[in-house]
Amino acid sequence: MVAVCACAVINWLRFSMAAENSALLGLVEEFVSGQVDSKATETAEGLKNGHFTVLQLVEALGFSLISSQPQTRGRGVQLLSLVLQECYSSLSEKEVEVLLAFYENRLKDHYVITPHVLKGLQALAKCSVLPPGSAVSILKSIFQDVHVQSLMLAERSSVYSILISLMDSREEELKSLGADFIFGFVQSVDGERDPRNLLLAFQVARNIIYRGYDLGKFVEELFEVTSCYFPIDFSPPPNDPHGITQEELVLSLRAVLTGTLQFAEFLLPLLVEKLDSDVQSAKIDSLQTLAACGQIYSHRELGAFLPGLWSSIRREVFQTASERVESAGLSALSSLVSCLSRSVLDSNSEDSLEVFLNLVLKDCRHHLCEPDLKLVWPSARLLQAAAGASYRSSLIMAQLVLPLLLEQYSSSTQVPLFTPPSAYLDPHGTGSPPSSAVLRKESLCSSVFSALSESSAGLQLTASRADVEKAVDHLTRLVLDEEDAQLSSVRRAPAVCGSFGMGLVSPQCGAGELSGSSAGNGGFSVEDVCTVCVGLQRIAQQARDDEEIGRFFHENIIPRLLGLALQAALGSKDSGSCISPLADEAVLFALVPVASTACAALQTQAASSMAAQTVALFLDGDVSFLPENAFPSQVQLLQADSRGPSQLVCLLMACVCSLPRSVEIPELERLLLRLEDLSCSSPHLFSYTHASKCFAALLFSLLSDAELGSEVAEGFRVLMSDSPDVLNRECHADVRIMYRQRFFHENSSKLVQGFNSAEQEKKSHYLKALSHIVNNLPRQVQLTELPALLPLLLEALCCPDQGVQLSTLCCLQPVLLESPAALGSQLEALVSRLLALSSSPAMKVRITSLSCVHALARLPEALVLPFRARVLKALSAPLDDKKRLVRKEAVAARGEWFLLGSPGGR
Amino acid sequence: MAGGARLENANPLIFQRSGERLLTATDEDEDVADPFDDREIFDLIRSINDPEHPLSLEELNVVEQMRVNVNNQESTVSVEFTPTIPHCSMATLIGLSIKVKLLRSLPDRFKIDVHITPGTHASEDAVNKQLADKERVAAALENAQLLEVVNQCLSSRGL
Repeated sequence: MVAVCACAVINWLRFSMAAENSALLGLVEEFVSGQVDSKATETAEGLKNGHFTVLQLVEALGFSLISSQPQTRGRGVQLLSLVLQECYSSLSEKEVEVLLAFYENRLKDHYVITPHVLKGLQALAKCSVLPPGSAVSILKSIFQDVHVQSLMLAERSSVYSILISLMDSREEELKSLGADFIFGFVQSVDGERDPRNLLLAFQVARNIIYRGYDLGKFVEELFEVTSCYFPIDFSPPPNDPHGITQEELVLSLRAVLTGTLQFAEFLLPLLVEKLDSDVQSAKIDSLQTLAACGQIYSHRELGAFLPGLWSSIRREVFQTASERVESAGLSALSSLVSCLSRSVLDSNSEDSLEVFLNLVLKDCRHHLCEPDLKLVWPSARLLQAAAGASYRSSLIMAQLVLPLLLEQYSSSTQVPLFTPPSAYLDPHGTGSPPSSAVLRKESLCSSVFSALSESSAGLQLTASRADVEKAVDHLTRLVLDEEDAQLSSVRRAPAVCGSFGMGLVSPQCGAGELSGSSAGNGGFSVEDVCTVCVGLQRIAQQARDDEEIGRFFHENIIPRLLGLALQAALGSKDSGSCISPLADEAVLFALVPVASTACAALQTQAASSMAAQTVALFLDGDVSFLPENAFPSQVQLLQADSRGPSQLVCLLMACVCSLPRSVEIPELERLLLRLEDLSCSSPHLFSYTHASKCFAALLFSLLSDAELGSEVAEGFRVLMSDSPDVLNRECHADVRIMYRQRFFHENSSKLVQGFNSAEQEKKSHYLKALSHIVNNLPRQVQLTELPALLPLLLEALCCPDQGVQLSTLCCLQPVLLESPAALGSQLEALVSRLLALSSSPAMKVRITSLSCVHALARLPEALVLPFRARVLKALSAPLDDKKRLVRKEAVAARGEWFLLGSPGGR
Repeated sequence: MAGGARLENANPLIFQRSGERLLTATDEDEDVADPFDDREIFDLIRSINDPEHPLSLEELNVVEQMRVNVNNQESTVSVEFTPTIPHCSMATLIGLSIKVKLLRSLPDRFKIDVHITPGTHASEDAVNKQLADKERVAAALENAQLLEVVNQCLSSRGL
């Protein structure tokens, strides 16, 4: 029967065949009889190149396909299969149909032929021109005629590959097979042991599940045949030839097991059982698989198993010493909770989420309430995981847990009990919207506040830094984000949060004092305090229009901050050895925006009293408005020699300079005088800059006061450039458009006049002021004003002050090229000054003057040619300057001047 | 220059330009003296224009930093340049441009030696001799036509 069928195929082929091809016959002969394997490649080449068709090949194979020796038949089929593997893409539908019929038939032949037949089918299954119905017939023949599990490894692999190819291209056809297909697959895969084949088999199973094949009555069979590998325990052989990892197998099996709800009733008991295993990896795998289930299951699947699952998870989290098991347990729990949160409630049923959370809480509750330290943290983490899983769960948990914790906290003063509330703060940060905690916010804040301001050092230690940062962050967010939602509570919220911030600052101060004895490990760092300051500033900013909060800042927060800063500053002056973080410049820097934002928002009356109080404090050492009044009666804050207190001048600046303009500042004259003293004589940079900034803000009355000398001039620089601290819109500085031009027009004539009438040694102050002003003017204005100012600027170039020189050069350099006419008569003087400055001791002056000289070479030739020889000679000195950057400028300038007036040059 | 005649090497190999020298902290430090180094000299000559092509000597690989040698203490500079083809008639002109650029850009104390990379040009010795002779270099620069070409090579491009 076999031979008859093969003959029929060959007869049909012969019918459509071209002339005998002796070369082909030779190749076939050598492969089949001569056992020369390499001829297969040559044959495939010949076929690809069109030397003969696949039909001719079959014809040439004729004698071997009908041989009586199974080995010869096998060899013949093998050649055909090898060629097909190379050339399957070029076959026509008719050819494929005939070949398939032949191959399906060969499956019934002798077992030595089967491997080659499967290879051929594997190649044909990849054809894009597979005739309709052929997928079904291939699978039927394989499932009927081949006992897959008795095949060798490579042949089993072929079968799986055929399945995968056909599933990819002929999904509809395979689905029409119905449950027969599932059954066939289950039978073939049963007992598979090789990891490579398992990966393929899992892929087939995944396709079955995810592409919606009907499992029919074989659900349990399919589950059994795959779940028997769970949990996977695989260690790759030494030197790992196939690169398959346990991870890969675990993930692809997990995708199969968790892929369908139909497996739930079998999978969940299996997971509970495997969780009891002693092998850690089995536990982790089970927990992770459970977490994956949570993503697709609903309450219906989970319902009956929840108590069992929960007790397993709880046991693992409570008992394990391994972090991986714990975190796998927590994410499994959180996945279960979020699954329950998704399920739809019907009107009569109870809320399964609430039931489950109650169950969770019931088991954790007594651990929280009893100070059995060992289980407090695992319980807290379980609760956190449950609460963080979804919005609803966090609401329910907040209602259930928070009162419990707060009550627990207030009824006991023992140190460890601080931890639960702080742990509870976490979920608000991680998962849930802040509104869930709205109800409890005030009591929560106050309890955290009281915990932090607790004087016990142990408690402060417990409130470790990470917790503090988190707490500050959560609370600020809590308070700020919900503003729209709950207007009534907003009023109080910033106050609470503010006092919380204060609470943080004040024990820190205490800790600073204590740290002399306890080595400071209870102290708070500079970063913490800065975080608090940022929080306070944001509150002040948000609450800008709220009078009540403004008053709170005015009456409580700012005096308190000033008091703390003063205390710290005085402390640092005395002791020296342990400086409180509050005396740190970074902290003062962070305090400045708090104070200035708050002061800028003050109403007139409050602002006046703020101004009066601050000025009185700084001028007369009047400390009466500060809280915890324990300061020496005569504090000298504006004295140049004391580093500590004079730093605080930045706070003066913050408070006074940002007040509305309508507010009268008392004793302005005296204040200016003291500030001037400080800014001139302070040896301490921080105090100095802030004093002069503060000063500049009050400078308007002093514009023409020649006595103040160069500090006034420096003040101009501060005025004209953009400073973030003073003189910007937020601080009521009334920034108008073109204020720089206006300022220039209003004051330049005064400056010029002042310069002309001033004594010789005072002249430089005017030049300095002038160059600072001109430097900050827009380019257009510079150009129009240049002719008038040039003589003064040239004068400024002669000024010995390097700052003035540099500032003048910087403003000259860009305009030199743009208005040559203005330079005309001054060129001689300009060239001389610039060349003289090219040997200045200051590197930047040398560089800038050389680049000015360079720029001059671009002026019209008639103007500058007379200077060529002189410039070239003078520039040979800076060619040997000790600084490379100077030499670079000199080379560029000199090169340009050489080209001037020379053929081929400019 | 060839003055509109056919280019000798019409399709030269083009090399990538090196980036600007990176600024270091010591460059900005007033008190540290920066001695002349190879890179600084190379930076002086790498942007010289080729007389024939709209390309710099660096892009044509005529000058390379490894063929520049400076000794700050002994005040000597030695530059080797490599003509693109062994029969390049521009070799003298290129050498002259390099020499003039260095004369204009370096302090007087330096003795400047410009010559062809050994074995890269047919009449290497003659060109080297010409470039080493002060009198002949001075005489060449008296020639307005020659000076014009040299100045064009030394003009900064793109301005």
